[in-house]
Amino acid sequence: MIAYLAMATGFLLILIGFYGALTNRNLLRMIVAFTIADSGVNLVIVAVGYMRGRTAPILDATVPAADAAARIIDPVPQALVLTAIVIGVGVTALMLAYAYRLYEKKRSLDIAKFMDLKW
Amino acid sequence: MIKRVSVLLLLLAVGAIFATLLAGYEADPELNLTARYYADRTAADIGAANIVTAIVVTYRGLDTLGEVTVLFLSAAILGLVLAQGRKREQARRERVPAGELLTTGTRILAPLIMLLGVHVFVNGHLTPGGGFQGGAIVASGVLLLLLADPVKHFAHGLIAAVESLAGIFYVAIGLLGLLLAGGFLDNRFLPTGELGALFSAGAIPLIYSLIGLKVGAEFSAILADLSDTEEL
Amino acid sequence: MGMLMTAMTVLLCIAMIVAAFVAIAGKSLPIAILSAGLVSLVASVLFLVLASPDVAMTEAAIGSGLTTFLFFFVLGRVRKGEHDGGEHD
Repeated sequence: MIAYLAMATGFLLILIGFYGALTNRNLLRMIVAFTIADSGVNLVIVAVGYMRGRTAPILDATVPAADAAARIIDPVPQALVLTAIVIGVGVTALMLAYAYRLYEKKRSLDIAKFMDLKW
Repeated sequence: MIKRVSVLLLLLAVGAIFATLLAGYEADPELNLTARYYADRTAADIGAANIVTAIVVTYRGLDTLGEVTVLFLSAAILGLVLAQGRKREQARRERVPAGELLTTGTRILAPLIMLLGVHVFVNGHLTPGGGFQGGAIVASGVLLLLLADPVKHFAHGLIAAVESLAGIFYVAIGLLGLLLAGGFLDNRFLPTGELGALFSAGAIPLIYSLIGLKVGAEFSAILADLSDTEEL
Repeated sequence: MGMLMTAMTVLLCIAMIVAAFVAIAGKSLPIAILSAGLVSLVASVLFLVLASPDVAMTEAAIGSGLTTFLFFFVLGRVRKGEHDGGEHD
């Protein structure tokens, strides 16, 4: 149930993010929309790995190594999302730097002002 | 109008795909083959209590090396994009110095924040957290320093040195694993020790600390480059 | 216990969707950026509910902390362009 809810919310966040990125014309607003879609993707991947009644994949006194396979949730999606979050902030920083340079050129953040490559 | 309709149509199509995925989802009652291998073998093979760390640092260590490289590239490109034909010194001199409260608070808080970051990445194989989280916390300590003293010239040379040295040692430890143990980035050329102790899991604490320093330096470089820009 | 967890998840999900709408459709850009940070922050709580403390920590430190600051650094530099492009087209 929890996984279903989280997955549905994740998909909804991706759709909201796409909508924002496609309809807004301000560069910074488009980047904000992309970060929301990013959060949505991460949420979906983590929700896929969740299993009811199990704990985090960390071995300790309550989760001995011997019966770990019956007690923990899938650790692979978590490792994937760890990577995705870090790369996501790198991509966001790069987009922001380009937005700054574009503003420097045209003194505007309106995407409609950047027609140089359009015929 | 046409644009808005086409956007809505596109979203409807994507939403239909998502709905199919959601309707077809069934939670697995058991761990799949890969996950069960990791769950069963981590304690004996790697000796790390945190299985996510074991996957990130050792089982898929090569991917993490690639990830850190991608982060380095994005920090380097960001510096290149922002630095083109700019006179940074002038921009810095015009800035207003920070207030007394922020300066004093930073003097107390920044070392503590960095200490927390180091704690998080040194204990990455035992508790939640690790190099990426700890690196981000260290970078937020650097951010506080940047905010408290915007006029001062920031030590770009130091950040670059930490970044490159951590990267070189990361690859060197990987090669040591290739020579002394089973393969590139194998952690078992150091004793794996007792599960749950600080000095356990072979080279994982070492590798994750280097990742933490590297990631912290990369985020700090991104923040310092962005704060060196001038207002337009 | 299970009931409580489900109720909490529903609340967190609603909070995220509302914050995402504010981030996309709100008038002011600083509030949009803060709302995007809020989406990340609530997501990190949800990751904790989903038994993923590693991911929760990463999202809280990187997704909601550093990203928001990066946005504000750039927004402070391009202050005059905040309203470029209008609300929607």
